[in-house]
Amino acid sequence: MGQTILEVSHLGKKFGDNVVLRDINISVCSGDVTSIIGSSGSGKSTLLRCVNLLETPTSGQILYYERDIMDKGFDVPAYRAKVGMVFQSFNLFSNMSVLENCVVGQVKVLKRHRKEAVEKARFYLEKVGMGAFINAKPRQISGGQKQRVAIARALAMEPEVLLFDEPTSALDPQMVGEVLGVMRTLAGEGMTMIVVTHEMAFARDVSSHVVFMKDGVICEEGTPEQIFGSPEKQETRDFLSRFFDR
Amino acid sequence: MSLPDNFFGRIIFLLERYGGSLLRGAGSTILIAIVSTAIGCLIGFIVGVIQTIPVRQSDNIFKKIILKIINFILYIYVEVFRGTPMMVQAMFIYYGSATVFNIHMGKWFAAFFIVSINTGAYMAETVRGGILSIDPGQTEGAMAIGMNHFQTMTSVILPQALRNIMPQIGNNLIINIKDTCVLSAISIVELFFATKSVAGTYYTYFEANSIAMAMYLIMTVFFSRLLRWMEGKMDGSDSFDMATTDTLAHTSGMLSYRGKKKNNGRLR
Repeated sequence: MGQTILEVSHLGKKFGDNVVLRDINISVCSGDVTSIIGSSGSGKSTLLRCVNLLETPTSGQILYYERDIMDKGFDVPAYRAKVGMVFQSFNLFSNMSVLENCVVGQVKVLKRHRKEAVEKARFYLEKVGMGAFINAKPRQISGGQKQRVAIARALAMEPEVLLFDEPTSALDPQMVGEVLGVMRTLAGEGMTMIVVTHEMAFARDVSSHVVFMKDGVICEEGTPEQIFGSPEKQETRDFLSRFFDR
Repeated sequence: MSLPDNFFGRIIFLLERYGGSLLRGAGSTILIAIVSTAIGCLIGFIVGVIQTIPVRQSDNIFKKIILKIINFILYIYVEVFRGTPMMVQAMFIYYGSATVFNIHMGKWFAAFFIVSINTGAYMAETVRGGILSIDPGQTEGAMAIGMNHFQTMTSVILPQALRNIMPQIGNNLIINIKDTCVLSAISIVELFFATKSVAGTYYTYFEANSIAMAMYLIMTVFFSRLLRWMEGKMDGSDSFDMATTDTLAHTSGMLSYRGKKKNNGRLR
């Protein structure tokens, strides 16, 4: 196990009176692939969005290398550049070409020279198999291709952690395969990832740690073998049986 | 030389004699309309961007108060200039500044000033709408790679908002071409003022105004076509070239993906 990168402790999130997350504790070490599973509305995505501060947690702490990311002086943009995010709806910049999508963040946020940024962008686009499409606009490519570009965009920032928010939920089965293939490769290369997913096979085969959430709390967590092989809680068994008894 | 006794004869007579001054009037009209629309758009963008600055609970109280005050001033600006006739504004500002504040602004400066801030007030709302029309996912995507509000706006949101509000910018330009005629109230010699002078000289109201109608129509149609063309340019090509790292493949030419046909501003 590597160094601890992220430490979520006693995290809570309320939208008005609606409690979405309660007392969440997770720690992520370098090289971990943490899958967060659970039914829709269990707070998985909100948790991930809290980690990237797209939502502001209402209680608890998130430590990034032992620094509280909610501190006043904390440099949030720099942190976000280090903690990449891939969305369910891709969120590619529709006014830019595929290449430009992967270049803009490097130039504007990391202040890389354009030439270097273009080289890196091409390298990562090649890696996700989108090297040929650098001149395309997002509207001209398919969903699976968009998601692969979105992954390349996140990779081009050379982040320490990648967050995936249901990256395959908007895709058809073939495209799901394309995207999961890329994610498997990344996991194999030791990329630290937190993946919110409904792809149970991926969670079982690829992750090093599985978190099952229900009603805004962590119901059960453990290794894939524990969660998928011999879950302790009845809720976990019920949830998983719906996936594997089909 | 006496006035011909048929309609077309009188038109030609007026064109020969006063064509030059009418054209100069039209030139002023276009100049005021284009420059003021451009400045108005700039004002609109600035106001629209300020009005859409997100305020988070965690922001410090100082920032919140400053933003509140600025937004209130901008609200007053938009409501006043959108809610009163431009002709009255022209009189109010041009004569008012001279009588009350003893500021004698040149009438040309006054003309550009009035039309610009008027357009700005309309554009502020348009830009705000344009920004709100962009999928929040675009902002999230930009924030997630570490862009700040300003970078997100200039690189991602405004280019898309600008494209979306192009039809409205066109509307404003055309409205400005027509509405500069109210500036004749502060004796700016634009097309309408020139027309009035020509009409008054020979009592040829119908003829002179027929010419003015035609000239206004030519200008507005021309600019509406021009803006449509610019929209097409902004949308870019419907096809793209496949890039390849295999140098041998270059000899066989580039593959080209053909997207949907050009659609001239209609829905895709």
